[in-house]
Amino acid sequence: MGHITLKNVSKAFGETVVIPGLDLEINEGEFVVFVGPSGCGKSTLLRLIAGLEDISGGAINIAGQDMTNVGPAKRGLSMVFQSYALYPHMSVRKNIAFPLKMAGESQEVIDKKIADASRVLNLTDYLDRKPGQLSGGQRQRVAIGRAIVRSPQAFLFDEPLSNLDAALRVNMRLEISELHQQLKTTMIYVTHDQVEAMTMADKIVVLHAGRVEQVGSPLELYHKPQNRFVAGFIGSPAMNFFEGDLAKEYDCHAIGVRPEHLRLSTDEGKWEGTVGIAEHLGSDTFVHIDVPGQHSVLVRVPGDIAVKYGDKVFMTPDADTMHRFDGKGLHL
Amino acid sequence: MATTQTKTAARFMMSPAILLLLGWMIIPLSMTIWFSFQRYNLLMPGTEEWAGWLNYRYFLTDPAFFSAMANTLLLVGGVLFVTVVGGVLFGLLLDQAIYGQGIVRILVIAPFFVMPTVSALVWKNMFMNPVNGLFAWIAKLFGFAPFDFLAHAPLFSVTMIVAWSWLPFATLILLTALQSLDSEQKEAAEMDGAGPVSVFIYITLPHLARAITVVVLIETIFLLSVFAEILVTTNGGPGYDSTNLTYLVYSQALLTFDVGGASAGGIIAVILANIVAVFLVRIVGKNLES
Repeated sequence: MGHITLKNVSKAFGETVVIPGLDLEINEGEFVVFVGPSGCGKSTLLRLIAGLEDISGGAINIAGQDMTNVGPAKRGLSMVFQSYALYPHMSVRKNIAFPLKMAGESQEVIDKKIADASRVLNLTDYLDRKPGQLSGGQRQRVAIGRAIVRSPQAFLFDEPLSNLDAALRVNMRLEISELHQQLKTTMIYVTHDQVEAMTMADKIVVLHAGRVEQVGSPLELYHKPQNRFVAGFIGSPAMNFFEGDLAKEYDCHAIGVRPEHLRLSTDEGKWEGTVGIAEHLGSDTFVHIDVPGQHSVLVRVPGDIAVKYGDKVFMTPDADTMHRFDGKGLHL
Repeated sequence: MATTQTKTAARFMMSPAILLLLGWMIIPLSMTIWFSFQRYNLLMPGTEEWAGWLNYRYFLTDPAFFSAMANTLLLVGGVLFVTVVGGVLFGLLLDQAIYGQGIVRILVIAPFFVMPTVSALVWKNMFMNPVNGLFAWIAKLFGFAPFDFLAHAPLFSVTMIVAWSWLPFATLILLTALQSLDSEQKEAAEMDGAGPVSVFIYITLPHLARAITVVVLIETIFLLSVFAEILVTTNGGPGYDSTNLTYLVYSQALLTFDVGGASAGGIIAVILANIVAVFLVRIVGKNLES
């Protein structure tokens, strides 16, 4: 059903090649997250799948059918846009009914589907309001409601949470994950926020300059990044990289250690440095340490630690969780 | 937040401008009202006297008044129809990315800068003239008898000329409104299964509603007083076939030199314009809210 296959899909806007050629398998019922820095082509890739952009080469297969040259309406996909793209002059009810009306459904079916969707999304009380009278989270839910009434093969989300404030974002993240568990429909979700990717995804696709850097489950990417880009992008706070003499000791071009895998001590350790800023979060403390000849190194210490600005400290990397990279940035 | 002091100060500082504008309006208006109750004919100087409602009775029972009323409404309605429909279509066309977009847009806007007298003369002599006009030439090319537009369809011809000069205005406003339409909305509608026609009806037109009301409001204000095009082309004729209220007032005052009667007509025109304005402002106000 909701199985999507991309074969050597490429996209160029004039001379600018955004996606040089990319293969990807998305299995039925999977929650796939495209993640990458801005301008990496993740939104373009989503729009190619949606049919809102024409592909420059390759083929797109949805639910066993070649959809490469099929219009967006006929692909059986629903999309939730970053701006929600609600129709401002229509009530919530009419917004949700719009795709059904366009599909020529009977009023009975429309009413029933709206009732179902609004119950699932807690929108029953707002059906007669206009989008302008709703809060950000409610608008988001209307956009999702408009997507689910069509019972699509797959849902496409284009950075749907980036317009919400932090607290609401965490809530909506849970709601979308919950929705996925209930509907079991394939979902493709685009975000630049690796926390969203880690928390929601069954499978993460890390994109960089239009290329797939790595595909895998969140923990796979965290524990076994294939290259330096993925290692630095996945995980928060980001991984520390050491180059030069420190790396030569381990027989590689660079080594990467996550902030949570560095042991901090005030009297002994492998590397020495001076404490810069310490950020106290309560549960953790992030200590920025200046190591001569290196970038500032971040160490994550559980609970609190009694160090202050300018103190001399020592760090010891955990040999098991250390990542080694060669000159091309590949994992050794 | 405006405090009481700043409000008072603001009113004080605005007062010179407001008083000037008020005087500008109130003095001619009261003079017109005064004249409308006078027997005042320029051909008979020295016979001015109080006439009571005579001028009004005379103007309102004149058969020309009713045809002028009808012509005014037809002219305004016709031009509004042509400019709004044409403006939407031109706007949609110009919204597409085309080669030489800037020049095309300037060309489309150009008629708005042509003076009414000039555009009417050009239309009269170069297009609609039954002997030398372009339309006559085209008709002859296909073997038809040339049609004398200004003699046989005077109001229609005037409507076309005025619509031609107002089309750019409508196009310009509607084009900017079209450009402010969120492209994600169109894409969302597309994904929801709406074809181009449905997108236009359900997404684009409702989005344009506000701009269309603005066009209707502004154009109505100006179109109620169309004058130059009629003077230059048909002189209100044949008969009263293309006489609107403004032209009727003019002919009363400056062709029959009846200042009193013309003033009464002017006051009636002002009252009618205000009735239209009240309705329009209500509709527009409703549409501009939210």
